[in-house]
Amino acid sequence: MSSGLGLRLARRNLWRNPRRTILTFSAIAFATAILVFMIAFQQGGYRAMIESAIGVFTGHLQVQVAGYHDNPRLSEYFEDASALEARIAKLSGVKAVAARGESYALLSSSSRTHGAAVVGVEPEHEPQLSTLPKSIREGRFLSGNHSDEAVVGMTLAKNLSLSLGDTLTLLGQGNEGSLAAATLTVVGIFQSGEPELDRSTMEMPLGTFQEVFSIPDGAHSIAVRTANLDQVDRVTRSISAALSGRPKLVVLPWQDLLEGLKQGITLDATVGWFLYAVLVFVVTFSILNTFLMAVLERTHEFGVLLALGTRPNYLGRVVMTESIMLLLLGLLVGLGLGCAVTLLTGQHGLAFSGSEELLTRWNLPSRIYPRLNLLSLTVGPAVIFVVTFIAALFPLVRIRRLRPVDAMKAV
Amino acid sequence: MNLLLLFRLAWRNVLRNRRRSLVLLVTISFGLWAMLFFAAFIRGWNEDTTQNAIDTLTGHLQVHAPDYLDDPSVDHSMRGPSTELRALLKGPEVLAWDSRVRVPAVVMSERETSGVTLVGIDPGRESKLSFIGHSIKAGRQLKDAQDHGIILGRKLADRLDTELGKRVVVMSQGADHSVCDRGFRVVGIFDADRSSTEMAFVFVGRSTAQSMLKMNDEISEISVKLRDAQRLDGFLAHARRAAPELDVQPWTTLQPMVLAMVALGKAWIWIFYLVMYIAMAFGLINTLLMAVAERTREFGLLQALGMRPRLILEQVLAESSLLLAAGVVLGGLLAAGSLALLHGGIDFSHLAQGAEMWGMSKVIHPTLRAWDLISAVLFIVVLALVASVYPALRAARKVPIEALTRG
Repeated sequence: MSSGLGLRLARRNLWRNPRRTILTFSAIAFATAILVFMIAFQQGGYRAMIESAIGVFTGHLQVQVAGYHDNPRLSEYFEDASALEARIAKLSGVKAVAARGESYALLSSSSRTHGAAVVGVEPEHEPQLSTLPKSIREGRFLSGNHSDEAVVGMTLAKNLSLSLGDTLTLLGQGNEGSLAAATLTVVGIFQSGEPELDRSTMEMPLGTFQEVFSIPDGAHSIAVRTANLDQVDRVTRSISAALSGRPKLVVLPWQDLLEGLKQGITLDATVGWFLYAVLVFVVTFSILNTFLMAVLERTHEFGVLLALGTRPNYLGRVVMTESIMLLLLGLLVGLGLGCAVTLLTGQHGLAFSGSEELLTRWNLPSRIYPRLNLLSLTVGPAVIFVVTFIAALFPLVRIRRLRPVDAMKAV
Repeated sequence: MNLLLLFRLAWRNVLRNRRRSLVLLVTISFGLWAMLFFAAFIRGWNEDTTQNAIDTLTGHLQVHAPDYLDDPSVDHSMRGPSTELRALLKGPEVLAWDSRVRVPAVVMSERETSGVTLVGIDPGRESKLSFIGHSIKAGRQLKDAQDHGIILGRKLADRLDTELGKRVVVMSQGADHSVCDRGFRVVGIFDADRSSTEMAFVFVGRSTAQSMLKMNDEISEISVKLRDAQRLDGFLAHARRAAPELDVQPWTTLQPMVLAMVALGKAWIWIFYLVMYIAMAFGLINTLLMAVAERTREFGLLQALGMRPRLILEQVLAESSLLLAAGVVLGGLLAAGSLALLHGGIDFSHLAQGAEMWGMSKVIHPTLRAWDLISAVLFIVVLALVASVYPALRAARKVPIEALTRG
């Protein structure tokens, strides 16, 4: 018999019991649509978390002295910050660079004293790298690289009872045991959206920072922004290659700088995969019966066909064609449905009202945009296809065991 | 037809096609297992997180001066508990309480400086109240409120490049607005579930802190742990009456994030239930439809002999109830078994920083509460019976003649 006939037979068999076919097909389409949407949603959420976490301050990658990230000390700085920065800025794929000095000091207003992280930034470069300069709620960002100015986080300003124009005294340890002391004017108050930064960070011009902490032309990190997340690996490699003559320096991509974020995503994805596996398993068992029935209820028919000389292989092929047609149809519709829901919600994003505080803490914007990409489009349907295909093989075993005479006796 | 006969018939029908029944049984029991396991995981996460928040100095409730929570500085200190409040705190409902000094400070070793919260405690009172009572992993606990030593978190000690026996200097603002500093010898190192806790707090004797900050005998907060957390609301009302001029807050307002996490977790449980249920319903409806379809002749005959359609409907429902019951028992056993295997908790230590980001503990102890078990089972059973109505109605609606002449 030709394969065209096989196809036609399979199609007719599918519609012999339309209700059953529709239910089975809906189960496959349902699982596919859920997987496509959920994976797209996860990917969109992760991307948003990463983008917003690195956008506030960290950058896509940073150049630091080896060991500084795990144990930041004032003494671990590099001495030629401006030259190094200029060199990195010229490399391909690098969109923006900003050198920073970081330390910790005691800040005093006229009535209060608090400890805070002090960051020396270049007023000219910082806005291209960090959203913090754009999140100034009162006043303005720093003006000159050697000015005696400071911007402080909203909560810190409140705790120090500081307002714009007030004087701030900085007291800390400079390089090699020197005393770091300065008097700065508060020119801006920022609200970055990261409570930790707003509570405990003060930024001042890098030039002033270098004088105060006695690290002439020194910096602790050079933050780099690339065109997008996918470029990070490539740019990390090219900067590493360019810095191969400087064994003390390391290039750390965001995954190393924000390890908590990376691990958080891994953890969430792990729980997600567990749930998806469970769903696929349950759906497969849900439709296994349909595949079994497609053979069982036709025992008599198959007996006749076998008695007439049809080979078991051919019968197996017809049944298999039937199952695969059903599967593909379900997958296609599920894929379409999943894409439709994803695109629909992706246009305006999904809002989670009432949990803004939680979302901020996880670096999530209040709207999440599900994101269709190769992963979200293929993983779900592929897994469902493979697993249900295996389930569809079970009934074939039965066909091989059929004996024509006994089978014909079946009702 | 009596109930016994009904179920005996249904049971025979279940056994008539063992393979089909087995597949459905696996679907239901595995589905229920997944639901219970997930619910237990979320529940364990929520309870571990809540417990952690309460142990990390919060207690079940706290008492502060009115402006302290808004601006936690030495300026917003208060006197120790009044006679009235003290009487309440000594009452039978309270497991433990302590009055603390708690102010922002800077700690310096010879090499490094870090911002911390300086907590002055009475160590004897903390043992049943907070994690610091049982988390000293090196050195010793503070002896009393007058102890001159300091306890640091492990991560902070590493960051400061200091160790047991060395000295650190603590600086903070005193009650008179001057900058006060004082040297302390490191007498103990504590380990905490989260590294942020190890970085955030340093502990000294309360009286030592008070004299350093020139606070006389003023304090920053009173933290209270009750014997029975369920009675928090009642106790809160008493405490507010006993100290009307102070700010008395339960942990739920002090740790709003934890509460939001718990709510989010519960929402996820129900979403997962729904998805699982739909996946199972397809299998259930399909299988029952098949079971009904292959007995069209039988049902027609029964009806022709005078059996009322209602009884046929009941028979199909009885069949699905039997399968459901078996699935529920098996799924429940599977869940109990797998949770018993995970008795020690699921260890996420290799993703500790990730766990911290989600506000989780490093080790999650899946916990199945009676209510979760009941709600999952009810959810499945009720909805599955609803799903069986359609196949059952189809079976009952058959016109005898039509059914008899077919096949």
